[in-house]
Amino acid sequence: MADQEYTLPIPVADEASKPFFDGANEGKLMLVKCSQCGTYRLPGRERCLDCWSTESEWAQASGNGKLYTYGIMHQKYHPAFADETPYNYAIVELAEGPRLVTNIVDCKPDDMKTDMPVEAVFDRVSDEATLIRFRPTH
Amino acid sequence: MTQNLKGKTAISGLGITEQGKVYGHSAAWFAAEAIRLALEDSGLRKEDVDGLLVNAGVTPLPGMGGLDLQNHLGLTNLRLLSGMTAGGATAAMMVQYAALAIANGMANHVVCVFADAPLRESRGGGGAYSGTGGGGYVPPGMSGLYTAFGMFGVNAQYALAARRHMGMYGTTNDHFGAIAVAQRAWARKSPHAQQREPMTIEDYHASRWIAEPLHLLDCCLVSNGGVAVIVSSAEAAKGLKQPPAYIWGMGQGHPGDLKRAGWDVETQTGAPIAKERAFSMAGIEIDDIDVCQLYDCYTYTVLVTLEDYGFCAKGEGGPFVADGKLGPGGSLPTNTGGGQLSGYYMWGMTPLSEGIVQARGTGGERQVEKHDVVLVSGNGGILDHHSTLILSPHPA
Ligand SMILES: [Zn+2]
Repeated sequence: MADQEYTLPIPVADEASKPFFDGANEGKLMLVKCSQCGTYRLPGRERCLDCWSTESEWAQASGNGKLYTYGIMHQKYHPAFADETPYNYAIVELAEGPRLVTNIVDCKPDDMKTDMPVEAVFDRVSDEATLIRFRPTH
Repeated sequence: MTQNLKGKTAISGLGITEQGKVYGHSAAWFAAEAIRLALEDSGLRKEDVDGLLVNAGVTPLPGMGGLDLQNHLGLTNLRLLSGMTAGGATAAMMVQYAALAIANGMANHVVCVFADAPLRESRGGGGAYSGTGGGGYVPPGMSGLYTAFGMFGVNAQYALAARRHMGMYGTTNDHFGAIAVAQRAWARKSPHAQQREPMTIEDYHASRWIAEPLHLLDCCLVSNGGVAVIVSSAEAAKGLKQPPAYIWGMGQGHPGDLKRAGWDVETQTGAPIAKERAFSMAGIEIDDIDVCQLYDCYTYTVLVTLEDYGFCAKGEGGPFVADGKLGPGGSLPTNTGGGQLSGYYMWGMTPLSEGIVQARGTGGERQVEKHDVVLVSGNGGILDHHSTLILSPHPA
């Protein structure tokens, strides 16, 4: 990461998501996998929405996905983002199924296309936190 | 055993307060005032009301929405009372529950009300819906990602939905703009509308970006105000002051959001689920609809709703609206009061109130000549909730 201090909001783990955020710090995209039916989900839900099992394990995702949809924010809703607009925000559909809130790097807005293949980039923004962004798959 | 509810109940009263930048009143005041106006409109007395359903906007109403308002208005011996919440789908849903209760003998005259007062003289309209959760706060866990990546508020979410549709089907801002322009043309004919200046497609494109692909003129207004409607039995409504707007059909659709591959809520509303029962109850087909009042928090919402009712094929909503058929003189008059884009933003009460006006035939300069079958839709969340009402000036 750049030398200067990162000024945008930094997410923090809660109990349910700690392996996700810890994994990001180690360059891994971690998902919850249902122990009964194998369906992947994001952390935060105790129960598999397919089979309703509450048994689960953590599994590393491939980091590959596609750009499901995106927007370019112009409105200055948050003081920390005032100097950032316009900036992109996105939903990436992971190869394992779940959709993740993120943004796209190494891509001009005009080159962003829905369904384009993307891959995870691990951006260490502080001593404690790494943001998982995505870039076009080369 | 089921009975056919077509024409068994009707809307007998409508109260619309002053709308927009109306300051100095609480949401509770707007709710009470709308109810007073609805009773005056219908000719009913306060003592006739035996049901109250309440939908609060972003400004909370005290007492869970219902009880405080009941006591404020001195309503006693109610047979039905509840606060309800499914976003902009709630208004039509309240009417549905009221109609079911009345048709089955639970109540006689049920008031359904929405009120909100998010605008203050010191604050812009956007601030009320920005969802930034009070400045620097980042919620712990996965929801903190929204803050970290700057995805704030409903505008950001609907921009994602609109973009998905554009990517899948080639929909363009020209298509969205055609909806904004058509509705502004209607608004110019409505005394209730907040925005009545002329608007061209060039004006639309020139309006600033909020969250691409949404321009300012893709987004609804923000309004202070209240709207109340009264649901009665068809028999009772016939003897009151206004021509009844008979309830022919009703339905809801809540598709759910699995938030994973293969599930596309961004381009699919609950309308296909809701319309099935509503159309069947009313005994109508899509071609029977004369006037549409479609929930329009954004231009895109209208486009995707038209597709999901089957006015055109999935994905063809853009070309379908491009010729201006939704506007005055067009073949499918839609959002004839200007909707929430140019009229007033009372969530589901905006399409419902204008649907009642059109069914009654009291729309004045904006009245559509043939108004035998009026479609009203509600939408809540990010296309999560959908409600349908079919209204008619005819009992059957
Ligand atoms: Zn499972």
